[in-house]
Amino acid sequence: MTADTTRRRPPAHYRPDPESHPPVSFPAYRSNVARAPRHPLVLLPQRLGEITGPLLGEERVGRYDNDLTIQHSEEPQGQRIVVGGRVLDGDGKPIPNTLVEVWQANAGGRYRHDLDRHPAPLDPNFSGVGRTLTDADGNYRFITIAPGAYPWKNHHNAWRPAHIHFSVFGRAFTQRLITQMYFPGDPLFDQDPIFTSARPAAREAMVAKFDLDSTIPEWAVGYHWDIVLRGSDPTPFEDEEDHDDE
Amino acid sequence: MSDLQTTPSQTVGPFFAIGLPWEDGPFVVAQDSPDAFRVVGKVLDGDGAPVPDALVEVWQADPEGRFAHPDDPRGPLARMDFRGFGRSATDESGRFWFHTVKPGALPCDDGEEAPHLNVSVFCRGMLVRLVTRIYFPDEPGNDQDPVLVSLPDPARRGTLIAEAAPYGYRFDIHLQGDDETVFFDL
Repeated sequence: MTADTTRRRPPAHYRPDPESHPPVSFPAYRSNVARAPRHPLVLLPQRLGEITGPLLGEERVGRYDNDLTIQHSEEPQGQRIVVGGRVLDGDGKPIPNTLVEVWQANAGGRYRHDLDRHPAPLDPNFSGVGRTLTDADGNYRFITIAPGAYPWKNHHNAWRPAHIHFSVFGRAFTQRLITQMYFPGDPLFDQDPIFTSARPAAREAMVAKFDLDSTIPEWAVGYHWDIVLRGSDPTPFEDEEDHDDE
Repeated sequence: MSDLQTTPSQTVGPFFAIGLPWEDGPFVVAQDSPDAFRVVGKVLDGDGAPVPDALVEVWQADPEGRFAHPDDPRGPLARMDFRGFGRSATDESGRFWFHTVKPGALPCDDGEEAPHLNVSVFCRGMLVRLVTRIYFPDEPGNDQDPVLVSLPDPARRGTLIAEAAPYGYRFDIHLQGDDETVFFDL
C-alpha cells in the first residue's frame, strides 16, 4: 500500500441493513439452539475501529485461485460454470480491490473435509476453494463446477440446496460478510431453514441469475451474482471516490 | 439516496476449514515483533462445550492507536508493515489464538477508547456474525472507555476484559450461558 495522498472523506457511519439478515436466534436451525446468545445485542456506536477494516490484497491470492477447475492434474467432475458479479455497497458503488473467498461442495455434494460423512465420492481433482480480488470496478469472477445438493441431519430428510459459500470484507469492519450464493429455481429452498432464515424480501438477494453474457459457448454456463454490503453516510464528496490509490 | 437490498448473512457452516484458515492467519504481527504476546482463548457454547468449528477474526490499531486504513483521518502509519488483522479457526478443543501487540488508545468524540481488539466470531449454528471486543486488564483507561462504561448491565463488563497469562492474555468467548460474553450490534 502506498501513502494515502488523496485523502477521502471518511464515512461517519455505515447505515444499518434494510431488513436483510437472519435473526441471532433461529431454533429451526438445530445447532443454533446451544450457540445463539440469549442477551440482546448491545448497540455499538461506530468509531474509528468500525469504519475501518482490513484491506487484504494480492498477497492472499495465488495464480490459479479463481479457477477451481485447474487446481489439479485433471479436470473435476461436474458441470462447468462461471460465477461472476460485483461487490457493491448499499448505494450501488463498486468496492474495488477487495478480497473474495469461496468454498463449496463437489458435484456430488461432498466437501473435502474430514468431518463430511455424506456417502458421495470425493473428487481427487476438486478442492472446492477459491480466492480472488475485485477489479477496479468491483467485478469478481470464478470458474468452477456446479456444487451438488447434500443431506444434513438438521431434521428428517433435510437437504441443503446447492450453494457456494462467499466471504467478503468490503472496506470496513462494519461491512464484513459471510454468506452463501444459491442457484435460481432450486426446489429445495422452501425446506431449508438456512435459506429461509433470511427475511423473505432479502432471500432473492442470495440467488444468482443465469447470465447468457458470461456463458461461454460450447464450454460453461454463466451465473451473475452481485454482493451488496452496507452503505455509508455521508457519501464521499462527488468524484472523490475515483482517485483512490490504495 | 438509494439503499440497495444488502446481501443477507448466512452461516459459515461446518466445513469452512477447507478454505478460510491461513497458515499465517493468527499472526497479526510477525513472530519476532518487539513486545508481541499471545491472546489465547476458547469458544464455548451454552453447555460449556467447546465449539470446534468457529472462525475468530480480530481487527486492531497499532501501538500508536492508528489503523492501517485510508479512512483513518490521521494519515498513514509509522510502521507500514502493520496490518492489524488476524484470523484463527478454533481447534477440536475450541481454542483460538493470536500473536499480536497491544493497540494504542483511540481518540473519539466522547473521550478516548481504551486499547482493545475488535472481534468477529463466525461458527456453524450461527447465521450472523457475532461481534465482541477484547480489552486488557491492566489499562486504567478502561474506567473511562465509552463502551465499557455504558453497558446496559455493568455486571457483564468483565466478559469483555481478558485475563493476564504467562504468554500474554486469556480471553474465552461464551456464546451463551451464565458467563455469556457481551456481543454488539454495529
